[in-house]
Amino acid sequence: MIQNVFYFLCFLTLISGSMVVFSRNPVYSVLFLILTFFSISGHYILLNAQFLAAVNIIVYAGAIMVLFLFVIMFLNLNKENETHKSNLSKFAAVIAGGILLVIMVAALKDVDAGTYKAEGFDSQIGMVQNLGMVLFKNYLLPFELASVLFLVAMAGAVMLGKKETGERHF
Amino acid sequence: MNEIPEVIRTIPLNYYLFLSTALFVIGVTGVLLRRNAIIIFMCIELMLNAVNLLLVSFSAYRSDPNGQVFVFFIMAVAAAEVCVGLAIIVMIYRNLQSTDVHLLNKLKW
Repeated sequence: MIQNVFYFLCFLTLISGSMVVFSRNPVYSVLFLILTFFSISGHYILLNAQFLAAVNIIVYAGAIMVLFLFVIMFLNLNKENETHKSNLSKFAAVIAGGILLVIMVAALKDVDAGTYKAEGFDSQIGMVQNLGMVLFKNYLLPFELASVLFLVAMAGAVMLGKKETGERHF
Repeated sequence: MNEIPEVIRTIPLNYYLFLSTALFVIGVTGVLLRRNAIIIFMCIELMLNAVNLLLVSFSAYRSDPNGQVFVFFIMAVAAAEVCVGLAIIVMIYRNLQSTDVHLLNKLKW
């Protein structure tokens, strides 16, 4: 039963991931990317990582994708006017991706990734309580530095988005 | 309460390795294939999520919370990155009236 759910989620992730790349209209790409994020959240729930599943939906599907959609509609890019690459470079791109896939699969085929240990297994590590303890005990400094990063990113975005005066700069 | 989730008991960890690899390769192919800067940016998000999925699966199989905290930080950095990146794309559009990356070839040899 749960295996079928897993295989279905894998299928959904890969199909919607490829549709992000291959759909012509950027708005459809964004919508398929949201579908990919939801299926990845499904994987997180199967792995009992509830906190990350919620954060994934809130941050990625909620905030980041709204930002993407906003920019696409703001710039009126939802027309299919992308000039296409030559067939040669498309072919080269697909071949390069395929070769990377073959190499990675060949390298990972026989790898012993290990498995779970039945004794001492804690299935509650992905819950808010447990992760909060780890985050605020062992990772307090990185957590605080993340706030500085956000401040810098916000200032940078405002500065870049401001209307410039004069001629174009590039 | 503390029983092992069924997916961890029945699905080998290697399947998650292959799934993440495939998702990452889809992202790489998208970056190489498309010319629209926003689509390229979305493919980068796809690659980040492939890595996140792999970290979470390793963390869940080994019941080690550090991996999930790491994924949390990756998400925070990705949010900051998207914010700055989209501002840059808006600026490019304002200067060039297009988001085609092939128009930005001043630094090309």
